[in-house]
This record gives sequence, C-alpha cells and structure tokens, in this order.
Amino acid sequence: MAKKVLTRIPKEEREESAFRRRLRVARHTLLPVVLIVVTTLLVLGAALSLAGYDAGLAGAALWRGAFGSWDAITSATLVRATPLIILALGFALALRGGALNIGGEGQFYAGAIAAAAVAAHVASLPAPMAIGATWVAAFAAGVIWVSVPVLLKLRFGVLEAISTLLMNFVAEALVSWMVQGPLQEPTHIYPQSATLPASAVLPVLPGTRLHLGFGLALVLAGVLWFVFNKTRWGFQLRAASYEPRVVEIISRRNVGAMLAIALLVSGGISALAGATEVGGVSRALYQNLSPGYGFTAIAVALLARLRPGAIILSGVFFGALEAGSAAMQRDAGVPAVIVYVVEAVVIITLLLIEARGWRRREALAGA
Amino acid sequence: MTAHDAAAPALELRDITKWFGSLAALRDVTFTVRPGTLHALLGENGAGKSTLMHIAYGMLRPELGSIRVDGHTVKFRSPRDARAAGIGMVHQHPTSIAAMTVAENVELAMGRQQAARRLGGSVEWVRELSEELGLPLDPLARVESLPISMKQRLEIVKAIVGGARLLLLDEPTAVLAPSEAAELMSVVRDYVAQGNSAVLITHKLAEALANAEEVTVLRRGIVTHRSRADATNAEELADAMIGAAGNLGRSGGPGQREPGEPLIVARDLVLRRAAGPPSRRVIALSVRAGEIVGIAAVEGNGQRELLRTIAGVVPPWSGTLDVRHPVAFIPEDRTTEGLVSELTLTENVVLGDAPGAGWRVDWSAAERRTAELLRVYQVRARGPGARARSLSGGNQQRLVLARALSQEPRVIIAENPARGLDVAAAAAVHRRLAEAAEAGSAVLFHSTDLDEVLERSDRVLVMRQGQVLPAPPGADREEVGRLMLGAE
Amino acid sequence: MLIAGFLAATVRVATPLLLAALGELLAERGGSINLGIEGSMLAGALAAAMGAAWYGTTAGMVFAVLAGAALAAVFALITVKWGADQIIAGTAITLGSIGLTGAVYRLAFGAGGAGLSIPTVAAIEVPVLSRLPFIGPALFAQPLATYVALALVPAMWWFLFRTRAGLELRATGEDRRAARAAGVNTVMHRTLSLIAGGMLAGLAGATLVLAQLGTFAEKMTAGRGFVAVALVVLGRWHPVGALLAALLFGAATALQYLFQAMALDVPYQLFIVLPYLLALIGLAGVLGRVKAPGELGKS
Repeated sequence: MAKKVLTRIPKEEREESAFRRRLRVARHTLLPVVLIVVTTLLVLGAALSLAGYDAGLAGAALWRGAFGSWDAITSATLVRATPLIILALGFALALRGGALNIGGEGQFYAGAIAAAAVAAHVASLPAPMAIGATWVAAFAAGVIWVSVPVLLKLRFGVLEAISTLLMNFVAEALVSWMVQGPLQEPTHIYPQSATLPASAVLPVLPGTRLHLGFGLALVLAGVLWFVFNKTRWGFQLRAASYEPRVVEIISRRNVGAMLAIALLVSGGISALAGATEVGGVSRALYQNLSPGYGFTAIAVALLARLRPGAIILSGVFFGALEAGSAAMQRDAGVPAVIVYVVEAVVIITLLLIEARGWRRREALAGA
Repeated sequence: MTAHDAAAPALELRDITKWFGSLAALRDVTFTVRPGTLHALLGENGAGKSTLMHIAYGMLRPELGSIRVDGHTVKFRSPRDARAAGIGMVHQHPTSIAAMTVAENVELAMGRQQAARRLGGSVEWVRELSEELGLPLDPLARVESLPISMKQRLEIVKAIVGGARLLLLDEPTAVLAPSEAAELMSVVRDYVAQGNSAVLITHKLAEALANAEEVTVLRRGIVTHRSRADATNAEELADAMIGAAGNLGRSGGPGQREPGEPLIVARDLVLRRAAGPPSRRVIALSVRAGEIVGIAAVEGNGQRELLRTIAGVVPPWSGTLDVRHPVAFIPEDRTTEGLVSELTLTENVVLGDAPGAGWRVDWSAAERRTAELLRVYQVRARGPGARARSLSGGNQQRLVLARALSQEPRVIIAENPARGLDVAAAAAVHRRLAEAAEAGSAVLFHSTDLDEVLERSDRVLVMRQGQVLPAPPGADREEVGRLMLGAE
Repeated sequence: MLIAGFLAATVRVATPLLLAALGELLAERGGSINLGIEGSMLAGALAAAMGAAWYGTTAGMVFAVLAGAALAAVFALITVKWGADQIIAGTAITLGSIGLTGAVYRLAFGAGGAGLSIPTVAAIEVPVLSRLPFIGPALFAQPLATYVALALVPAMWWFLFRTRAGLELRATGEDRRAARAAGVNTVMHRTLSLIAGGMLAGLAGATLVLAQLGTFAEKMTAGRGFVAVALVVLGRWHPVGALLAALLFGAATALQYLFQAMALDVPYQLFIVLPYLLALIGLAGVLGRVKAPGELGKS
C-alpha cells in the first residue's frame, strides 16, 4: 500500500493544456470578483427592502445616477472614478512589493497643496506647460511626503502602514493651515485657496465635466501594466513580496532599495490624484477635498487584485457606486453613506477569499 | 535483570509511522526510554530524529502507532498534553521570548497552578532555582541580550520548571563551544541521576557514546540500530547512520580531471559574520577550473560565511577576493532562498537571469527556455506554468541546479546541495556538478554529511573555527574527522 | 480661570482618547493592530445615542460597549481565525462602520437627523476636591467616564505586568510561536484582547456623545480612533505612557481653543499636528529604544 502511494503521480505533475490553464486562471481570478460584486449588491438590496426602502426604486436611481445618461457617465461616474483609479494604482504599486501604503489620503493632499501652490505662479504659461508644472510639483510633493515613512522604515524598521497612516493627519492639518494661511484666497475670508488660473485648469471633454485627469489615470494604468508585466524590475518587485531573500540572493537585487523606490513612486502617483482633483474638479484647494478617496482606493485596488487594467474597471465601478448613491439618496431616500458598507464588504470578502490576503493570488507569468 | 528493566518505560513509542505527503518520514519506528537513563537518538540530517521527537512532544501526530508514558497509553493533541504528561523539550533553536526577561520566560513555562505566585516574587526564586540546577541565570536579563549558551540554559530550566521528568534535547550542543557542551552534558547527567530520563538527539557519535546509557540510530525513517551504549562502538554506529559505504555510486572519481587556471583566489580574506565582530581568522584559498573542492566542517565553523562571501552574497570584511564570473550560488534552503514557492517555474527561472539580462522580460521565450530546462534536467513537473511548491524536494533542487548551470557559470558555490534528497536525486545533483567541472567550471561546496564531501570532492578543505585547513591528499574519514573536531 | 478652563478642556478631550488608546493598547499587546477601533468608536457613539434616546444614559453606555465589542469581534474573526491582513481588515471595518452608522442613524432618527438632543450624563463633583483652584474642575468635576478611564490606567498596568493572563497576553504579542509552545492559548488571548479593546473603544464613543456633545453626527469620531493608535505608539505600549500621550493630545487641542479665544496669531494646526509628529518620532526610537510587540500586524 505504501508503495502505491509512492508511485502515484501527483495531480500537479499531470500535463495541462494551455486552454485548461487559461480556464483555471479565469476561474480563480474573475469568478470570485464577479460573485462578490453581484452578491454584495443583492444583499444590499435585500437589506434595504427589509429596512423599509423600495429596493427597486433605489436600484433604478443608482443606475440612473451612474450610467443613466451620457452626462451621468462622464460628469459623475468617471469624474468620481478618476482619483480612485490613480490612488488605487499608487496603492497597488507599493503592495506589489509587499508594502502597505495607507497614506494615500495624505499624499493626495500633498499633491493638492503642491498643485494649488504652483498653479498660482504659472498663470502666464501656456496651458500644457502650466498643467505639466502642477503635475510635476504634485508628484514631487508626494515623493517627499512619503519619504518620511520610507526613511523611518529603512532606518528604524518602522511599519510603513502605521507611519503612512499618521502622515494623513499631518497632511490634513497642513491643508487646514494652508487655506487659512499662505495659500488663502486674496480676500482672506474663506478657508480656501485662490481659484486656479485658467491655464492650470484641466481641459474637459466638451459638454461634460470629464477632465484630463481621467486620461492621466488611463496612461498611468498603462505604464504600470507595462512595468508589472513586461519589465524585470516589476516582476522582481512582486517576487520580493513573497520571498525577499530569493530576490537578493538569486537575482542579486537590493530589495530594500526596490521597495523604497516602489513606495516613493507610489506616493508620487497618489499625489497626482490630488493635483487632478484640484485642477479638474474643485479648481481651488479646500479642506476636506477628499471624502476618503484614499481609503476607498484600497477597495478599488484589492477588488482589481492589484492589476492595473482591472483597477480601471473597479475604479469605474466604485465611481459609479458613489455617483449613483447620490441619486439614490435624492430619489429613494437611501443614505448615500451605504456605499461605504459595500466597500467594506467587498474588501473583507476579498481578504477572506484569498486566505492569506493578496499573497496567494493566482497570477501567471505574462498573464 | 535490574529493577530498572522491570519498571515501565518512561516513554515508549511503538510502531510509529508518519507520512509527509508521499514521503515516509518514519516507518514502524519503535523507541523506548527506560526511566533513569539518557538515551541517545542518532541519525543524519533528515533521518527522522526530529520528526520522532516532535511526535513524542505532541507537535505532530503519527498516522500509525501508539505512545505510552510510564506505561499508560496517551494521545497528545498538543505540546500542552505532552507537558502535562511530564515531557519537556529543549529545541535546537531557543524558543524563549527575546523581548522578555528570564524570569518572565520561566514563569510562562510554569504550569498555571505553580504560577500562582506573582511575578515580582519569582525573581529571587528563579535565581535560586537556576543555581540549584547548576545553571545559574540572571532573572532580570532580557533574553535577547543573552549569549546562546545562556539561552540554552534557560530552555532547560524552563523544561524542568514545567514539571518535565523526561527531557527531549534536540541537538543542544550543536551551537555550543566544547567546554559549554561538556558543562551542559554534566547537568543532564545530574538530572538523569535523580531518576529522570532524557533523550539526546545528536549526530555526534562521541557525545552519544560518552554520555548515554542506550543508543538508537535512525536512517531514512527506519531504526537501523538499537543497543546499550557500552555494547557498541563508533564504527558500528557510523555504519548504522550512513549505511554501507559505496552504495551511493559516483560518476567521476577524485583527481580524474586536470585542473586548469585558478578561478577563485582569496588572499588575506577576513569574513563578516551575521552578528558580532568579524572573524579574526585570515583565509587564503584557491580553486581551479575543473576542480570540485569540498569543505568539511561541523556546523557553525564559518563555512557558510565563506561560501556566501565567495558567492558574492555577503561582502568580505577585508582582504582580496578574485572570483571569475559568472558565479552560480546554490543556497542551502531551497524554499526560502532558492525558489519562490508561490511563483511558477518560468518565473523562478527568470529570477535567476544574470544581472545583464536586460530590463525587459520576454515571457514566451522564458517559458520555452524553462520547458527546455525541465526536459534536459529531467525535472518532473506539470509544465513551466506549475508552481514551484507543487514540485517534490528533489525536483525543486533539479530546477535550482538547472537554472544555475544554464547560465554557464565559471564558478559554482553550493551549500548542502543534496540535503533532504533521496539517493537517486542526490546522485543526480552531484553528477551535474561533476559535468560542470568537466566542462571547466570550478566547484566549491559544503555538506554537513562528511561522506558526501569525501565522496564527491577532488580535494577536501576542512574548516574549523573560521580557519581553512587542507586535508592531506588521500586522508581517510577518521583523519578528516579529527581535523574537523580539532583532535589531531 | 483661564488655566482652570484649559486644564478642564485638556482632561475632557483626553478622556475618550485615553479610553480608546487603552483599548488599542490591549489589542496591540496581544499582537493585533486594530485600525477598526475608529469604527468601534463610531459604532459606540451611535449606539450610545440610540440607547440614551430610548432608555436613558445607562442603556446608552451598555449599548455602546456592546457595539464596540461587536465590531472588534468581526475584526478578530477575520484576522485571528481567518488570517486576513490586519491593516486592510481594520480599514475595511472602519469604512463599514461609517456607512452602517450613517445609514442606521438616518433610519432611526429620520432623514435630517439634525437637532437630535440626547440626555447627557452629569459631571460628578468630588466634594471639597473639586473646589481646589485650577486642578479642581479638571480632575474632580468630571463625568464618570473620566474617573473610569483614569482608574483603568493602573488596573491595566496591574493586569499586564502582574497577572498570569497579562504575561500570557504579552507573550502572545511578542512571539506567538513561543507562546504557543509554552502552552498559551494565543487565539483566545488575541480574540479576547481585541474584544475588550473594542468595548473600551465603544465606551470612548459613548463618552463623546453622552458626556460631551449630546448629539450624534455622521463620521463624528473624525479620526479619533486613529489618534488612539498613534497615542499607543507615543505612549510606548504602556498604560501610563498612553495616559501621558492622551493628556498631551488633550492639552494641544485645548491650547488651540485657548489661542483661538485669545485671538493669538499662532497657527493652531501646529498643536493638532504635534502629537502625530511625536508619535512618528517615538516610532523611530529617537526617544529611547522601545520596540513594538514583535507580532504586531502579523495575522
């Protein structure tokens, strides 16, 4: 009997056709995501019915607010999706290497401050240069902002999750001071910055409020897709999140430096979300500019399983939820904050499906 | 028959069988410890010693077999059950909590009933107790600040305080200096003399013969020898541990290749150590093309630091080191340093690409390359897309080798390349290394298995306390062994 | 008068923070970093408002403790039993709590919900002592919750450093494997410390509503739970440290009120930021080497 056990060929060693493999990957990656989204929405509908709301009405309002018209899609859903996608890309870049950047919110504000501050000085430049200047400034501000946690991590081994979180509060206080101090509008009455000069305002799709920031989000997603899937660095970064010593010993890379770069760029990308929000939506720096984008972005990135292409889709999904929930509150009286419950359920379910978090996700080379 | 023989055994493991996947770690093993004796459990790495003791301590559950303690059949679901039955374990790597004090660790090891006293009061008590046991300790010291021998002491004090009447000692002397080891053994002897019993896991024959009443030898999960210590000798035990000589088979005997130009040259080399000051020893060494040089050393004598320095994983402290590139390094621990078990075989192969391989990865080419490696090196796997964790240990090591050798390295550095492999897989690994040497590479390797070193090397170097000593040409096992242990 | 007011404000601000920080401290000593404590606090605040509005302030307190514990239990289930990442799980719990409390609040008190007035607990004046100059009103004319929070500091010290259970909890937080090897039921310790921590966070939320504001508002905790996490770090995982950190934060906030009242031209944000900066510096070990519990953040 013992002999039998020894000679039988384990299932793992049997040949598998390319088609079956693709099917398996699809089953492992796509199916749970779709299931989660559908069940969450169904459960939510049931809960709303139980609570005495008209779930049908609420659902219809949600749909109308998110996708019901060209205007809803562009001016509401995609505009809401833009900062979520950019922040989720930043979060995903760090987590690809195993680092948790919970500081998206703070980096968003760092970028928003930098963009507003620089915009005031580039009014005379042609629009492409003025916008470019605000973006470069925002990216740099994000890098600088996250360099504190990076230094603390490298030098003192401080958990980046805690330090980036703490930096969020510092950023919020900084914004609060900026809009009442150095960057306050000329009349010194309102706690906000001066309105951006026309040259620094992002162009919009004619007839909508959809601004250039969405284009930036798509480009960033494309760049990260390339980095993750086609470059050695991107691949080694992911490998390091599993077994850093293999990357150090076998690939001869300095994993600490790789992780630092990933976190720094992650901060820079997250800050771009602040710049596009200021340049494309608010057109001035305010307190509470972000309704928690940095945290919603975590759900966006996890639902997309850190894949840049999928982040666009899941960003649009959450953007639609947030856009639609406003309509839902208006038309069906359902509190818009219920969206956060959906986000929470999505995050938790994904964490549980993946047993040990993101570490066991099914991903094949080049897939 | 003495009274002792008549008494119920302190521990009796009967017909134990344990499977790890499709590998039988233990087969029908029976192991008996009489009360008031020290019983040595001998075997090579991977022979099943630790597995057997983990079963006795409730950390693992056997598929078949029974456990009796003092004549009563027991079923251990956890170490807690084993402790309750009076069994204590001293692990190879200390299990105390580094950030806490000695007293806190001792108190933690006490049963809840004994621990009724409050922590403040246990400080003096721990001091007195440890002195009484001949193992004096500072109760207020943080464990992380203690030297390794003190940590070992703490482990024993903890086990005794926990009410252990039978101590399982897992290679306790492996990390100790000779004088510390002797001290420790005398403490264990005293403990046994008080009517307790102990099991000493070791691969040091002399230690077993000098201290134990009885000896059991395990090889590949089977008991190959069992007798009183005074009724056997080192040769007999060595045979039981390693098996009859010459059944491993070899591809090319030592000295058949003509050595070429030196590919590794070290002069005045001082090694960096993981912790503490650099090694004080200065190393000079040279390995030529076509040579296989084996390093024989007892664990912890600097061989790991030397190999990793030459491989370029760790920079040297000082001195000159000239190593011809490309260098392939085969680390000891396949699963944490060689392969990423969650990644596919293709991805693992790509991890081994030379630094100059370009910043982009061509995945379809890499997959073809991997498929080719799997075929040539006879790695049994579902395909390049299989995960590394789905491979058996032997196939994982084949992949590690395939990846390293596919870079056509001039220099190959290997730590325990055949560790944990069955005979056929081990032979295959060494055949590959010999082929590489024949093709003009310089091979430098270490194995904890002395016979493997002697068998597979053209030339043997011995490392002792950070010093590299050449073994005289044609030296036999005993000579090299004495050199390793400093008993020449 | 100004100083007495300042001291009283310090203690008032510090009370809910101290409660939440002590709760987080307990969880972190067991190796769990629970960012869901913000959610527990918020849930506690709403539960207190509902309980107090319907059955009185005592019921409010009890509801709050139960609500805080319930969310912490979910966190424990996800991270301890199923091994999910603590940071992400905690963030999710807090997000979910924001949504849930917002929805339930609107459901319970109508769409507007504004103008909701809840009975508050009265301050308990300690005879004689409360008439002491300066410190009297600050220390001896406070609601019950403040006395509870202050009493919990030595109690928690005693528990952590003088009891077997405390020793086992610390061992769990430092080195789970070693603790298990010593026969400690680490799953139980992690779960219970999380739930107890959630109870304290719920109580902290109740304090905000019942002893201070007298009303509930969406997202009213405004990151105080995260502040508590920072205070634990700043207080170096010690109850007395947490007390000092909470008082420091309270003083910084009170100073901000004071400066605003006196119309001084000092950016008050500086005071808000101070505790976070100190926490970051504390993390770096600049104020002396104190390490976080070894298992912190590991599921």
